[in-house]
Amino acid sequence: MKKEFLHTDVLIIGGGTAGCWAALTIAEQSDRQVLICEKAHIRRSGCLAAGVNALNAYITEGHTPQDYADYCMHDAAGIAREDLLVTMSERLNSVTRRLEQLGLVILKDAAGNYVSRGWRNIKINGENIKPLLADAVLALDQVTVLNRVNIIDFEVQDNRICGAYGIGIENDTFYVIQADAVIVATGGAAGLYKPNNPGFSRHKMWYPPFNTGAGYAMGIRHGAEMTTFEMRFIALRCKDTIAPTGTLAQGVGARQINSLGEVYEQKYGLTTSERVYGTVNENQEGRGPCFLRTEGISDEQQDSLMKAYLNMAPSQTLKWIETGHGPASQNVEIEGTEPYIVGGHTASGYWVDTGRATTIRGLYAAGDVCGGAPQKYVTGALAEGEIAAESVLHFLLDCDHASIPQEHIDAHLHEIGHFLSDRNTLYTTEQLEEAMQTVMDSYAGGIKTNYRYNAGQLALADEKIRQIEALSDTLHASDFQELMYIYELRERLTVCRSVIAHLAARQETRWHSFAEHLDYPDRDDAHWNVYVNSRMENGEIRVILRDLVTGKGCHYEHQD
Amino acid sequence: MSIRIDSKICIGCGRCHDVCPGTLIKFDCDHRAYIKYPRDCWGCTSCVKECPVSAIRFYLGADIGGQGSMLHTEQEGEILRWIIEHPDGRTTEIQVNRKESNQY
Ligand SMILES: Cc1cc2nc3c(=O)[nH]c(=O)nc-3n(C[C@H](O)[C@H](O)[C@H](O)COP(=O)(O)OP(=O)(O)OC[C@H]3O[C@@H](n4cnc5c(N)ncnc54)[C@H](O)[C@@H]3O)c2cc1C
Ligand code: SF4
Ligand code: SF4
Repeated sequence: MKKEFLHTDVLIIGGGTAGCWAALTIAEQSDRQVLICEKAHIRRSGCLAAGVNALNAYITEGHTPQDYADYCMHDAAGIAREDLLVTMSERLNSVTRRLEQLGLVILKDAAGNYVSRGWRNIKINGENIKPLLADAVLALDQVTVLNRVNIIDFEVQDNRICGAYGIGIENDTFYVIQADAVIVATGGAAGLYKPNNPGFSRHKMWYPPFNTGAGYAMGIRHGAEMTTFEMRFIALRCKDTIAPTGTLAQGVGARQINSLGEVYEQKYGLTTSERVYGTVNENQEGRGPCFLRTEGISDEQQDSLMKAYLNMAPSQTLKWIETGHGPASQNVEIEGTEPYIVGGHTASGYWVDTGRATTIRGLYAAGDVCGGAPQKYVTGALAEGEIAAESVLHFLLDCDHASIPQEHIDAHLHEIGHFLSDRNTLYTTEQLEEAMQTVMDSYAGGIKTNYRYNAGQLALADEKIRQIEALSDTLHASDFQELMYIYELRERLTVCRSVIAHLAARQETRWHSFAEHLDYPDRDDAHWNVYVNSRMENGEIRVILRDLVTGKGCHYEHQD
Repeated sequence: MSIRIDSKICIGCGRCHDVCPGTLIKFDCDHRAYIKYPRDCWGCTSCVKECPVSAIRFYLGADIGGQGSMLHTEQEGEILRWIIEHPDGRTTEIQVNRKESNQY
């Protein structure tokens, strides 16, 4: 094993959407040194790997940032942060213009205006959005990118972050990185629950299976306050390929129908969670499977759809072509995915102040890892990267310098040495991952129980996840990539514990499917118009209820 | 969900390895690429689009309804040609202009 000690002004963990943008912002506004650690390679890492279909968050003419914030607050049934949503929305259009300057193709009308899809969505060719971002970052002298370096832990002293530890998964190197400020941008967490297709195609999921919740887990273990982990995200997707459905629903106006051909959307409502819930219910009551009604669209529309899917989810086009049934001749079957924790779609993640500072001093969060601001999507993640970067620059103006004591480094080396040491172990990382997913599926509201759970099940889930956590101490890795797999599993287990604690804490059902508590099947505004937050203290998750941050012009600073 | 790399065509340039968001592609002792963890493939097709000699084929697993067709791409300027080879030898091709936006 090689060892490397690095210093930087700003460490960015995760070179995805928000992380790349934060680096661009810092370089534009200062001469601070930036180091990006990315577990894959920034060219195609994270959510944007395959490409995206549209920019889902944009303020079109006649609308204001407040309108977008209001829409998100409504979709989240009030449990979101208005300060975060407004500050994000104010930047959606400027980041879009910058993306276009970087080379993103955006559809325009004859007068040169962006063509919208609905009032908050614009049409693009998003196939190469990640390479465009990566090229812009790689052109900057003051930014160093370390690819294939997986961050495994923060270095925190007295609630002040001083850097992080990483492993070079292809160069067998242990990294100690000292930094005066850190931006965590590791995305959300997939792979907590048993996926739709647990066999050969287990990774054919919506959210990147390589975003394993590292940023959440590292923060949880160091006592950072987290918010709204009970608001899971379940995507409504094309069956089998798990390809997006929005393009069909919004693009060609396809409605959700059951097997009797009845449009069922109105029965349940049109918020994101209600669309999933309706589909689950129609199936449960014997009117499944459910479809998006595409039969009868024109050949031209079908051709455009084939291309649109190639630009973001090529498996769907492959499926249409190899079965010989395109959307014009056969309705597209839909299903709900397994639950994810993803702060760019729902409100789970770090509890931050309006400037995206977490409760750990010197640590800032942006993108899917950051809580409180659902529906941020690509442009919202960029906006948050920009806000976090500006806050970091402000913090650096007058901050103490970080240093890392040798005994902390030794403790990490010892842990890595333990996992790499030759031992006979009974279980493999893969087996424990399966065990975790089975527990979450059966007892914490997975696909198996139609996303529903009760207090008794959650108590069992917690007990079993702790048992798997203990077993994970015994795992063995024969190389650094396997070592990463052990850390990924342990991250997911930490996130699972937090999800379970949050699901148990919110004793109501505010969002069907996303958090459907069978002991408390109704919404209870009298008691639960609050955020469910939590902090890990001595290995236990303590729940904290906080008042809503809403109202025009509101601003939030950490209180204790 | 996975890919297959034809080692007879591969020239060992390393580009597929670089772009894989899951670090799933490795090299054998002849410097030919292979997918070490086929079950871990996300199906993003980044590697397929990156390969300069079209050595990489993408297919759907049988568990999600795959019927044995294979997808690869060839690039000519701004045109990305997506080519699907069916098991019976037929091919279907769709051309996408990278400078044109999605209509939906
Ligand atoms: C399939 C899919 C399609 C989407 N389509 C659209 C769309 O059409 N329109 C739209 O507006 N939005 C879309 N979204 C949402 C949008 O893409 C995301 O919300 C946004 O990209 C999230 O950005 P992020 O920076 O938080 O995460 P990411 O861009 O995923 O970045 C996280 C990065 O952190 C790295 N990382 C993770 N853990 C570690 C670690 N321990 N050490 C080092 N690096 C680490 C990852 O490799 C990754 O590069 C889509 C999302 C998905 C998943
Ligand atoms: S399709 Fe994507 S995840 Fe699969 S091997 Fe290729 S680059 Fe990796
Ligand atoms: S991109 Fe193609 S040629 Fe290059 S290493 Fe991969 S398979 Fe071989």
